[in-house]
Amino acid sequence: MKIYNGGKIFIGIIVFVALFASPFYLNRGKAVAKPELKIDTPEIQKLPEQERKCVESKEFMRAEHMQLLDSWRDSVVRGGNRIYKNSHGKEFNMSIQNTCMKCHSNKKDFCDKCHNYAAVKPYCWTCHIAPKEKKS
Amino acid sequence: MPYSAKGEKVMSINRREFLKIAGLSAAAGIGSVAIFDRLQKNALEASEFSAGPDALNAKKWAMVVDVRKFKTPEDYKKCTDACHSAHNVPDFGNPKDEVKWIWTDTFDHTFPGQEHEYLSEDIKHKNFLLLCNHCENPPCVRVCPTKATFKRKDGIVMQDMHRCIGCRFCMAACPFGARSFNYRDPRGKDAKGQPFIKEENPEYPTRMIGVVEKCTFCTERLAVGKLPACVEVAPAGGLVFGDLADLKSEVRKILRTNYTIRRKSELGTGPAVFYVMGDSGYSVVPELL
Repeated sequence: MKIYNGGKIFIGIIVFVALFASPFYLNRGKAVAKPELKIDTPEIQKLPEQERKCVESKEFMRAEHMQLLDSWRDSVVRGGNRIYKNSHGKEFNMSIQNTCMKCHSNKKDFCDKCHNYAAVKPYCWTCHIAPKEKKS
Repeated sequence: MPYSAKGEKVMSINRREFLKIAGLSAAAGIGSVAIFDRLQKNALEASEFSAGPDALNAKKWAMVVDVRKFKTPEDYKKCTDACHSAHNVPDFGNPKDEVKWIWTDTFDHTFPGQEHEYLSEDIKHKNFLLLCNHCENPPCVRVCPTKATFKRKDGIVMQDMHRCIGCRFCMAACPFGARSFNYRDPRGKDAKGQPFIKEENPEYPTRMIGVVEKCTFCTERLAVGKLPACVEVAPAGGLVFGDLADLKSEVRKILRTNYTIRRKSELGTGPAVFYVMGDSGYSVVPELL
């Protein structure tokens, strides 16, 4: 069997594969820095030590905050129930704008950091008003 | 296991065995349902949703507008301003793009078909306060393809902005013009650089371009035991808010003792906003005699 223009074709294939795979071998071993969230906003520091706790555990919030917020939204808007009782029996007003962001007043260093890292674009802030960021 | 006449095992069961197996599987089925129920209950016990302790509850919220109590256009403006600033309603400065939750209009626009040329000057020149009627049989809810607008158990016709796709069917369906579309970004600025929302209320969300909005009878205020924003700033007795299902409520008392009308009740949507008519010496009436 003879391949016409074999040389050109193979060089072309090699160049294509090299270019296509370049992001993989050029960035090999260079991990993008993990996003470090800042949870030491002035609002949180003002709270007494024992109240510096999120509505649920850190691990739960990290993994499930989107499901939690989704169920909050359904409960508040569609069910008309606005009070959330967490697993320790503490009650919170279910509101991203008035509860979550009252403590996490640093959207850029809290929400955006991870969301940018994970390339997800939740559309919370097209309607909900984000807290005014203090320039630090 | 049953045997054939020759003494071989055969794959069939007699009635007795069948009933045993059927009984056992039924018991297992019922048991597992109970177990799953228990599991779900445990999950709910750990965290649960509830209405707040101060929440105002009703079977059927309604409002009475006593037009006699509104003496000047400023009385109306107080109500509309209070609502629009509390809910971040944008002012696009253009009637074509207007977004409104509560507004005023003339008698012939408010109660079409009721006007005639011999109406009292007061009624003829008066404006009337209009808002979503929170109908008993809301046509907007029936046409909404995403169930973004729905009727709550307490009669409030609610709008879920998360689900609204901006198709505007509800606007076509509503006979009262109570719904407004965000043709422009409410967070934007006009040609002079003035924001459409003069002063944002940080406690309440804005909307985004391409969704429909309307009055919600202030569900966010009812949830914490407050009356709607317009009721709070209206002249005493001008706006009364209460439960239609409660015989002793203020609303029912007024309906019992006054002649009240509703907007376009002939359409059968069952509006929950009632108007007490009467002259009030409205300040814009020209002196004729």
